[in-house]
Amino acid sequence: MSQTVLNSNVPGGPLADKWQNHKNEMKLVAPNNKRKFDIIVVGTGLAGASAAASLAELGYNVKAFCYQDSPRRAHSIAAQGGINAAKNYPNDGDSVHRLFYDTIKGGDFRAREANVYRLAEVSSNIIDQCVASGVPFAREYGGLLANRTFGGAQVSRTFYCRGQTGQQLLLGAYSGLMRQVAAGKVKMYPRREMLDLVNVDGVARGIVCRNLKTGEFETHAAHAVLLCTGGYGNVFYLSTNAKGSNVTAAWRCHKRGAYFANPCYTQIHPTCIPVKGDYQSKLTLMSESLRNDGRVWVPKESGDTRSPDQIPEEARDYYLERRYPAFGNMVPRDVASRAAKERCDAGFGIGGTGMSVYLDFKRAIQEQGEDAIRSKYGNLFHMYQKITDENPYKSPMRIYPAVHYTMGGLWVDYNLESTVPGLFVLGEANFSDHGANRLGASALMQGLADGYFVAPYTVGHHLASRSLKPVTTAHPNFDQTRQEAKGRVEKLIGVNGKRSVESFHRELGQIMWDNCGMARNADGLRTAADQIHTLRDQFWKQVFVPGSGDSFNQQVELAGRVADFMEFGELFARDALAREESCGGHFREEHATEDGEAKRDDEHFQHVAAWEHTIDGDDVRHKEDLKFETVTPSTRSYK
Amino acid sequence: MSDSDNNLTLTLRVWRQDNSETKGKFADYKISRISPHMSFLEMLDILNEQLIAQGDEPVAFDHDCREGICGTCSLMINGQAHGPDKETTTCQLHMRRFKNGDTVVIEPWRANAFPVVKDLVVDRTALDRIIEAGGYISVNTGQAQDGNCLPIPRQDQSSSMDAAACIGCGACVAACKNASAMLFTSAKVSHLAQLPQGDPERPQRVLNMVAQMDAEGFGGCSNTYECEAACPAGVSIEHIARLNREYVKASFCSSATAAEPIQAGE
Repeated sequence: MSQTVLNSNVPGGPLADKWQNHKNEMKLVAPNNKRKFDIIVVGTGLAGASAAASLAELGYNVKAFCYQDSPRRAHSIAAQGGINAAKNYPNDGDSVHRLFYDTIKGGDFRAREANVYRLAEVSSNIIDQCVASGVPFAREYGGLLANRTFGGAQVSRTFYCRGQTGQQLLLGAYSGLMRQVAAGKVKMYPRREMLDLVNVDGVARGIVCRNLKTGEFETHAAHAVLLCTGGYGNVFYLSTNAKGSNVTAAWRCHKRGAYFANPCYTQIHPTCIPVKGDYQSKLTLMSESLRNDGRVWVPKESGDTRSPDQIPEEARDYYLERRYPAFGNMVPRDVASRAAKERCDAGFGIGGTGMSVYLDFKRAIQEQGEDAIRSKYGNLFHMYQKITDENPYKSPMRIYPAVHYTMGGLWVDYNLESTVPGLFVLGEANFSDHGANRLGASALMQGLADGYFVAPYTVGHHLASRSLKPVTTAHPNFDQTRQEAKGRVEKLIGVNGKRSVESFHRELGQIMWDNCGMARNADGLRTAADQIHTLRDQFWKQVFVPGSGDSFNQQVELAGRVADFMEFGELFARDALAREESCGGHFREEHATEDGEAKRDDEHFQHVAAWEHTIDGDDVRHKEDLKFETVTPSTRSYK
Repeated sequence: MSDSDNNLTLTLRVWRQDNSETKGKFADYKISRISPHMSFLEMLDILNEQLIAQGDEPVAFDHDCREGICGTCSLMINGQAHGPDKETTTCQLHMRRFKNGDTVVIEPWRANAFPVVKDLVVDRTALDRIIEAGGYISVNTGQAQDGNCLPIPRQDQSSSMDAAACIGCGACVAACKNASAMLFTSAKVSHLAQLPQGDPERPQRVLNMVAQMDAEGFGGCSNTYECEAACPAGVSIEHIARLNREYVKASFCSSATAAEPIQAGE
């Protein structure tokens, strides 16, 4: 199969006018006709809940699905820090262009200009919408909205609700969703897991899902399917994602024709609570904002096991300040993570495992007082103490990087439509806006931009411009796809081996972390692909899934997700192997500067890699060339 | 890791129930080599691995974010919702709170409005229907004016945020002898009542949400404050007091009347 060059359908004209021009030209569905169209939204995080509510408000009939027991529990809820917007309320020189530039530079020039510009453009509307729906953003004494600073920016443009911004934004979108449920325009299906996509005549026309409460397989038909199912960080087993976060819906769509873009782009967040033991089930993030006052260090002497308060200043290596004097502790996430790994690998790490570094607030507490630090970070310090049983006011935190966010995802064009017509992908599940590294406080912005302000227009265009014949679940493709999905579950249970699903997931995660983590090389990536392949074979021979498929069974849910993670993990390794450069979160040891910094290769890799599924499993790598008309890609330097 | 780190041996008395139609019972399990650094749910993971290794069905329990914010986890631990720690969800509870040789009783949330799905998993969609009845501001996407055009006094924003911090886990219901959902309902009423954006629908909202709460079969509030003690998000009973004021005001000083409650069901 030959490689094609993908068409992003970016409209013409100057960058700043593209979205407006496009809105002027897109076809509309007349108000009275909207009720004739059904739309499926899978996932109810920021992207899904905001899209479902907005489309229902317009008059479409929406069916919304989530695997959780309530749409309010989607993992957007766990975002701590904030949401960016180019409001320029602080009068510090922010603009749509600056937010656009910071985001595209932060992504190491591996994102699509037009998408990122649109994101910056609608960012202000998001804040207005959230305020109107009751999000209690932090306020100044005069009652006006407050801002804080985040990494990778020289302006204050981050809006926040204490350390719970994601929670409040999601509850805002969720309340809009529930309002439409009450109005009868959204039918909510909680505890449902999408297990397949149904295409009719090459257009996405429905889904197969499993009712997790009863085990029943259900089919649903619609005129468009919106996938808002989040990222795939749990392919690493240990991550800051929720335990249920998974790649299944996206992967199933991939196998039905949706190209998967840049799967190797993973964000490994520098400040997380380190792994304690082999029982560890998940990792907890400590907000990036801590690096405003915390100083990162390790002992200068390898093997210095003195307690941190016994190690004098001259025996400490504040390695971020040493290596990056200009940005110090506030370098972007990818840079900070790699530097921590470098020190630990070289034998300077601390703690029982030697796989952590100190984040020290001693100087900040001396200068500002404990109360000032408590008012800024109280909830984070409390959480740290809860988990580790150590008091960070007295001794430094121990931290280590952890998998946090995935920039890769299903390929979408400017309309957020995948390579399967009628299948739209929103939020973290798509690949479009963050390039190879995401800046803090941009994920919430993207989820809500896609759901509130992009999809309602572009989905309407799809409905108005294509002639979609009537399709119901009586169409034979529905039953056939249902049988296939059901067959997979039966097959999983039928293996009836001896080994638990969990043990396979852990082993997969270890392979991924060892070879596809913060530093990658060709040998390691080949090894990973081979090992995952072998593990997959073992899985289908040895896995034990207790109970039956026709009732509530969490092991069946997990088994299906892990099976898909194993297929996906192999593609991840292949993508990382094919990208013979270092960019953002993707660091190839072969492509580094003399002092160990990432070295991009714009000549050969200034493109999006989008993988097409083939029957024999040998996915084909397609390209979308990235053209920079407004910005000039430069080398990121933080020294 | 040294052996001294894995030093707890416990007896777990766990509620097992196939579904809402069948009767449940307690089952005892011995579990050993538990590290005090483990979270409570990691300890249950180990129990389940043990059960799977024996060819048995693992214990079903709800969990997701495991960082105390999604509100999915929901266990009565030795009779206390989310266990013994103050302002802590089950997923953030650690085994260092337990002693070697302890018997730990683990039950699902107990309330008529929360039928058991399986073992420790319950159905909490009644809480969603309370929100559906009025826990929102009626604004469509695109209708918003500039975020700064209505100043909100900082103390109102802060107090509103205190209420909005509710994670919707249902511990308040489980902890209450009447299985009342007053703390949950009042948190949403109080969150929106203190913001100017929530003002136009204030009377209708409180009447509808309270009517729905009653229709779902939650009990009445008799001011024992157990809900506040159990709440992992630190939501205060002062929000119940505000709900009561809002309710009285809406009943006597406005023309609003409660709408018909929403029917439960798939």
